[in-house]
Amino acid sequence: MNLELKILNTDILIIGGGTAGCFAALTIANNSDCQVIITEKANIKRSGCLAAGVNALNAYILKGETPESYLEYVRNDAEGIIREDLVISMAKRLNEVTRKVETMGLVIQKDSKGDYVARGRRNIKINGENIKPLLAEAVEEKKNVQVLNQVNMIDYVIQDNRVIGAYGFSIKDNIFYTIQAKAVICATGGAAGLYRPNNPGFSRHKMWYSPFNTGAGYAMGIRAGAEMTSMEMRFIALRCKDTIAPTGTIAQGVGASQINGKGEEYERNYGAPSTPNRMYSTIRENMEGRGPCYLETKGMPMETQEELYKAYLNMAPAQTLRWIERGKGPSVENVEIEGTEPYIVGGHTASGYWVDTERAATLVGLYAAGDVAGGSPQKYVTGCFAEGEIAALSAMSYIERIKPVSIDREQIINKFNNVTRFLKNSPGLLRVEDLEEAMQKVMDEYAGGISAGYMVNMDKLFIAREQIKILLDRSTFLRANDMHELVFIYEVIDRLYVCQVVIEHLIARKETRWHCYNENADYPKKDDEHFFRYVNSRYGNGNIEIIFREIVKKDEQYEHQD
Amino acid sequence: MSIKINQEFCIRCKKCVNVCPGNLLDMGDKGKAYVKYPKECWGCTSCLKECPTGAIKYYLGADIGGRGGYLYTKRDNDQLSWLICKPDGKHVCITVDGTQANRY
Repeated sequence: MNLELKILNTDILIIGGGTAGCFAALTIANNSDCQVIITEKANIKRSGCLAAGVNALNAYILKGETPESYLEYVRNDAEGIIREDLVISMAKRLNEVTRKVETMGLVIQKDSKGDYVARGRRNIKINGENIKPLLAEAVEEKKNVQVLNQVNMIDYVIQDNRVIGAYGFSIKDNIFYTIQAKAVICATGGAAGLYRPNNPGFSRHKMWYSPFNTGAGYAMGIRAGAEMTSMEMRFIALRCKDTIAPTGTIAQGVGASQINGKGEEYERNYGAPSTPNRMYSTIRENMEGRGPCYLETKGMPMETQEELYKAYLNMAPAQTLRWIERGKGPSVENVEIEGTEPYIVGGHTASGYWVDTERAATLVGLYAAGDVAGGSPQKYVTGCFAEGEIAALSAMSYIERIKPVSIDREQIINKFNNVTRFLKNSPGLLRVEDLEEAMQKVMDEYAGGISAGYMVNMDKLFIAREQIKILLDRSTFLRANDMHELVFIYEVIDRLYVCQVVIEHLIARKETRWHCYNENADYPKKDDEHFFRYVNSRYGNGNIEIIFREIVKKDEQYEHQD
Repeated sequence: MSIKINQEFCIRCKKCVNVCPGNLLDMGDKGKAYVKYPKECWGCTSCLKECPTGAIKYYLGADIGGRGGYLYTKRDNDQLSWLICKPDGKHVCITVDGTQANRY
């Protein structure tokens, strides 16, 4: 099989056409004549986290609240390990980006005075089934934005210590792409599938986070030596059993409590309510024999049940199908809940690229937005829009200041040969699927997955470190028969790089700051004296260097220094 | 978690193949769409909503408690109807008005 070599040129390359990527492209198109290319592994109409839809906007500054009060909520939930400068600059834009998405056609519920209707302190009610098609339509109307669907990017092009584009390949056609750009915005999303999932068999991809978000953006940055932050702050979500559908609609929307098998409310027995504690309390109740745990919905009015059916169809249709198929809706039966496998996702926790206040990564010419960007948890959908907007404006300003360079031809050929070797390898003993399973097993057992009750200790982490390294070495021998199999190979390699970094971060944070996310049996207490700091890392020559950095406050303008 | 495409109803429009966020569908020998990687399906139902003939069914795997029912969709402008066939063969139809926000 021969690949055609194609070289494209643009002003700004956006990798990933999801929530943040689409909004970044719209921002550039609305404010300049810059040429933009979005590369998207699937099709921007339904790609990324919002494929099935979303049923509320969970980051909005309602009346009586302020960006500062939003910051306080995020700070408390993350035990202080956040970049306040990033959270506040995002929070200040939440309402404006919401208004912009409404003008694209998103339905948001309003009261008689024209104000958005609240669903909780920071959430508003929408119909978000079509949010992704709306964004895609808006992007496709822009003449200076070119969308390359079904193109998978794998690495940055780096020359003279600057990011000047990225390499990738088509999933459907035999084309290898080199896309040269003055600046690159990474918006690939986070990483699922690092750990053995809730349903490892036939329904292995029935997970909450998109199984197609395989950590490509993190891995590209790691391989290029970009600084990453808080990769030990894993996100583990409390979800409806089996379907792994979100629970907020029932818990927040309807106000259902968490109860154990004996019918007792248990959350408050485990300290202040926070996202990790909701999860932790449920795990403990199960371990101590008081499971299964539920959201108490039994006895809710039939009308509420009918509305829940619709709400779930707009975001996680499996749950409605389950209720109806069983002939037992939430008014008849409480909804069982469980924890998911750990994900790495910067829209919920703080994992991702270490960026400055302008969302520039530590590699010159590279910007990050959305789930791939670190330091700013609880971004959710609107926060990803806000961050896409900030990254876009910063990239636009950067390209005004620099002189473009051309990519060295030899570098392209080297990369091309590096990629095509997978098409030439002889079929070996190891298939991609087996490698993925082996990786997930190691992470599950030795790096705090579901079967380990999310708990780690140092000895187990050292085993995980050794075994993931061996698996990464073995990935060199994988063989692809077509372009799609080539994507599968890169997905598992990317995940292995992310796993390595997650393990090193878990080893570095010798405390338990967040239950479940970073629960270390050797260090079961929070240790502010040593660890009220960010754990960052940089990869180089096969080694991961850990860097501790001091907390950045809200009024600081953070710039990269070393 | 997966979907099944009824080959009889497939009109070769390729819309489902183009939209799948996992690129999991392909056109088969007879030019009709089929699921190439069923175990990789996320269950987002994007393909169902694209299909002009309602040829795609979505069901829950037995490993997550699926009981043999399935659903498919029909769209009439802003009205998206979800048709659920229960294991006993009885149908339930839930129509969601796209111009109305969720109540919860």
